[in-house]
Amino acid sequence: MKILTGNDLGSGAVTWWNGKGWSLFVDDAVDVGEDADEILARETAARRVNVPYAIEASIDAAGHVRPAHIKDRVRALGPTVRRDLAVPTAGKTGWDWVI
Amino acid sequence: MYQYDQYDQAMVDARVEEFRDQARRRLEGKLTEDQFKPLRLMNGLYLQLHAYMLRVAIPYGTLNARQMEALADIADKYDRGYGHFTTRQNIQYNWIKLDDAADALADLAKVEMHAIQTSGNCIRNISSDHFAGAAHDEVADPRPYAELLRQWSSFHPEFTYLPRKFKIAVIAAEKDRAAMRLHDIGIRILKNDAGEIGAQFYAGGGMGRTPMIAPLIRDFVPLDQLITYAEACLRVYNRYGRRDNKYKARIKILVHELGAAEYTRQVEEEFAHMLSAGVEPPREELARIAAYFNDPAFVDGPKTIDRSDPDFALWVDRNTHRHKHDAYVSAVISLKPVGGIPGDATSDQMRLVAKLARDYSFDELRVMHTQNLLLPHVRIADLPALWAALDAAGLGSPNMDTIEDIIACPGLDYCSLANARSIPLAQRITERFAANGRTGELGELKLKISGCINACGHHHAGHIGILGVDKKGTENYQLSLGGSEAEDVSLAKITGPGFDEDGVIAAVETVTDVYLGARQDGERFLDTYRRIGMEPFKEALYG
Repeated sequence: MKILTGNDLGSGAVTWWNGKGWSLFVDDAVDVGEDADEILARETAARRVNVPYAIEASIDAAGHVRPAHIKDRVRALGPTVRRDLAVPTAGKTGWDWVI
Repeated sequence: MYQYDQYDQAMVDARVEEFRDQARRRLEGKLTEDQFKPLRLMNGLYLQLHAYMLRVAIPYGTLNARQMEALADIADKYDRGYGHFTTRQNIQYNWIKLDDAADALADLAKVEMHAIQTSGNCIRNISSDHFAGAAHDEVADPRPYAELLRQWSSFHPEFTYLPRKFKIAVIAAEKDRAAMRLHDIGIRILKNDAGEIGAQFYAGGGMGRTPMIAPLIRDFVPLDQLITYAEACLRVYNRYGRRDNKYKARIKILVHELGAAEYTRQVEEEFAHMLSAGVEPPREELARIAAYFNDPAFVDGPKTIDRSDPDFALWVDRNTHRHKHDAYVSAVISLKPVGGIPGDATSDQMRLVAKLARDYSFDELRVMHTQNLLLPHVRIADLPALWAALDAAGLGSPNMDTIEDIIACPGLDYCSLANARSIPLAQRITERFAANGRTGELGELKLKISGCINACGHHHAGHIGILGVDKKGTENYQLSLGGSEAEDVSLAKITGPGFDEDGVIAAVETVTDVYLGARQDGERFLDTYRRIGMEPFKEALYG
């Protein structure tokens, strides 16, 4: 699947395109398929998020969205060495700290 | 230490308000990221993996207790209660909001600090020997010269858009504790045969993807020509440094491609021209600056230490350094607890260190390029109390220059440029060696880890270096041996094929096994490596 990510303009926090706006939770990311370029152009022009880009991802065995590249997996969950600063998972369970 | 005059303060205050307006326009959507990015970078504000990161300059690593307390307050007020001390003697905050950035800069300005020129293609923070002004072996305190260079290079109109970033280090001892020859310009203050103090210039060193050791280009520059010579070095680089390819734009490439002799010839020609132009600041300015670095009021006192507590004695042996006054030492505050994150300090730890600086070190602190802190002037009589306070706060690890004193960049846990994580390796290696009890037996062994080829973790200069690379989307680590950033400077050589995370940790242990088996009396790891060469290590690693 193809998903969109960027960093929030004000906080710099990692965000994911959920079909209507930008979410802090990678699990909210939706497959944008062929619409990636159009959404990126629109969102870049709106200047709400920094340098949004498209990445490949999949759904893992626990049902979570798993970015294909390690850099985006670290972005999705926060520093692996500071689990106390990890991105809140909105009450969801079953996170596998994927590296 | 140096204190801002009205001009310094006015410049920094004006810059804060200028940035406040730029950030507001960005948040209102009036600036694109492409337009805003160079503006925020000029103020030390990066965008990293998880958030904006603010890099604050600590000139030549020197600060006072009030400044350290301000850094702690910023960590609490605008960040997440901690900061990261870097290999350029700076501090970085990892979770700054754009909304808050100007306020953080304003708070810094109140204590004579800023984030100007901590990014971009300009002259960066001047670094120096962390023992400056305290070391027994220096010919002079290098910080007045570093400060003069800081003032010259701040907002220098000709050098605000160089081909690439530019790093300068200044030392004043034969011992190099600032990786001087791995800088774009390295300056060593020394005395000539006539007893006059001057400056030796090296140019074209650096780490990164093309590591090079700076060659000597001038044996002695009189002090009243120091800035003029530096200006000549920069002018030749600014004129001929490549701007078409960022990977070939550092001065080291220019010096290498021209040859040191030709680069020097051009610098000398420019220098002769600049001498007639009269760009050197008046000697009175250097004298004015130097007055801020006069020795504190040292007093005589005990010169011996009660070593009955073995833990305290070990800390004294490893973490204190001989001072120019025999009743004092310099004391290293380790930011490398076993299993910890190298260079990270909580706001509470920063406040404690500030208090200890007031109580025991004439209100003075240093940030070391090894990502530790330092109290430069501690009475030997005060060491037991100091150690007790540090130990209780988790800051008393006795590990300076041992395999547990690892330099590690933020790596892929934080950095948008990184290919692999550095910090977990450092954590696991310190845990491994703390558990096997070999740290002391290994003696001086400098292990440095970078998460990408940019080499912020100085892996090229590690006795053992580790470089994280991306191998088809997974982390892989290249091991290298034989580097040194000290006066016996050398660049590490890669052992062979890389390893995964578990593999490289095992490989480090294997390498130390080879060393312990081969070393002769008194040899450090580096000495043994230089004597026996790479082959025995490769044989043990790859069979």
